[in-house]
Amino acid sequence: MKDLNINELDRKFQEKIDNEIKIEPKDYMPEAYRKTLIRQISQHAHSEIVGQLPEGNWVTRAPNLRRKAVLLAKIQDEAGHGLYLYSAVETLGADREETIDDLHSGKAKYSSIFNYPSLTWADMGMIGWLVDGAAIMNQVPLCRCSYGPYARAMVRVCKEESFHQRQGYEIVTKLATGTPEQKEMAQESLNRWWWPALMMFGPSDADSKHTAQSMKWKIKRHTNDELRQQFVDVTVPQAELIGLKVPDPDLKWNEETGHYEFGEINWNEFWQVVEGYGPCNKERVDARRKAKEDGAWVREAANAYAEKRAKRKAS
Amino acid sequence: MTKQEALFEYVLRKADDTLILGHRLSEWCGHGPVLEEDIALTNLALDLIGQATELYQYAAEVENKGRNEDDLAFLRLEREYKNVLLVEQTNGDFGKTIVRQFLFDHFQSLLYERLMNSADEQIAAIAEKSIKEVKYHLKHSSEWVIRLGDGTEESHNRVQESVTDLSRYIEELFYQDEVDEILIKEGIAADTASFKEEYYNNINAVLSEATLSLPEKMWQLDGGRKGVHSEHLGFLLAELQYMQRTYPGMEW
Ligand SMILES: [Fe+2]
Ligand SMILES: [Fe+2]
Ligand SMILES: [Fe+2]
Repeated sequence: MKDLNINELDRKFQEKIDNEIKIEPKDYMPEAYRKTLIRQISQHAHSEIVGQLPEGNWVTRAPNLRRKAVLLAKIQDEAGHGLYLYSAVETLGADREETIDDLHSGKAKYSSIFNYPSLTWADMGMIGWLVDGAAIMNQVPLCRCSYGPYARAMVRVCKEESFHQRQGYEIVTKLATGTPEQKEMAQESLNRWWWPALMMFGPSDADSKHTAQSMKWKIKRHTNDELRQQFVDVTVPQAELIGLKVPDPDLKWNEETGHYEFGEINWNEFWQVVEGYGPCNKERVDARRKAKEDGAWVREAANAYAEKRAKRKAS
Repeated sequence: MTKQEALFEYVLRKADDTLILGHRLSEWCGHGPVLEEDIALTNLALDLIGQATELYQYAAEVENKGRNEDDLAFLRLEREYKNVLLVEQTNGDFGKTIVRQFLFDHFQSLLYERLMNSADEQIAAIAEKSIKEVKYHLKHSSEWVIRLGDGTEESHNRVQESVTDLSRYIEELFYQDEVDEILIKEGIAADTASFKEEYYNNINAVLSEATLSLPEKMWQLDGGRKGVHSEHLGFLLAELQYMQRTYPGMEW
């Protein structure tokens, strides 16, 4: 090892990546690769946890027993995703609680979509259909991510996300084919969630500072704009099928390219939300911080009890 | 009261217990003290709401008036909900939620063990199906009572206060009236008096390991089984029923 200088290690590392060999926790990796992964995976974990909140907002108001159970199960899955992802972060030498503190201090980001309010029951459908739908587009390629633990976590997560997407679309379909009031509820919700869903794919390629390096490291396989296009192409026909109108006057099918053309995203709004000034940024972070603070005595008690027990066993 | 009416009332009472407690637990979703417990509390909520669904389905069948499980769960007046007062009490801190659960789990476990042998096949089947869940809940809540009771001074004081506060609602778990009498004779219901002593022995064993105790003077409240509730239930129902009340007669 001694005579391998750092450049040589980096070269071998890139060679493995180029040959689609997974990087495992104990393998050599450049510091920047490690840092990028810690940032990305912990952001992903935070998104799962913060993502519980807008849906949690409707658990106690779900319209029937079956919907209540399905919604609870779905949110529970998201918490589970958070757990696997925090474990994946820990394989990189980061500490789960420290990364969570970064979320609470506003240093770490999470998916900006969860900073929008969930105002009607239709939003439960829209979140499943559009938000989990967009998450799947982002995450399926991550199953082939160069970092082994992240790729493996994603395989498990993606299976559940597709169930989430289906239950969301089912809720929306039920509304869209229901009474005029229900149909109106679905359309109004789509109007609010459509653009934020497109923003989930991040800044346009021209403005994305991490994309090139992440593609070279095979953490990322497609650019933001490619994924966004794929999402629009898949989702627009789903909306049409149930008689909902995508709120974009510029949306049209391009026969030649085989893709939809769509209007310009409001990037001011995007950056405002990313910077922390969206409709619910403060509420979301406050809720997470409050859960941690309110739970401090519980965690202390659990630790104190475990220590006492260990002592009693030893003596 | 006919046997059929008693059976409807009996099943409805059990259904309301599980729905209301499940609903309370679901309020924790996304706000648990650690991620693992967020998941665990949601699990409990899911189990209880699942049990409630089966019980309401059966109650609706027994009633035979064209109502379904959702009509029963969502479209009654507050006075028509027959759950015990314990389950509607607010979550408070995590310790209070755990104590409420602990007091209920020990009761439900002894009850379901007996209902597994009910002469009513449906009740026996639901009890048999649920008992595994209930045993798991019991283990979870008992372990937490011990951890918190024998944890730090702060946690000890907090849970002791919850034990003292919630002890007023214990006796109501054993409440029986004509409904029970009719069904006990038929071998359908379990006589709660037959396992009351065992219940107190069981909870006291855990409490003493946790360095906690029931208060010396045990006050008691009831009313839940007759639909006279605490002030908390109305607000819970306002949320629970919001969609069904605002958009009557629609499917979701
Ligand atoms: Fe997820
Ligand atoms: Fe996700
Ligand atoms: Fe999901």
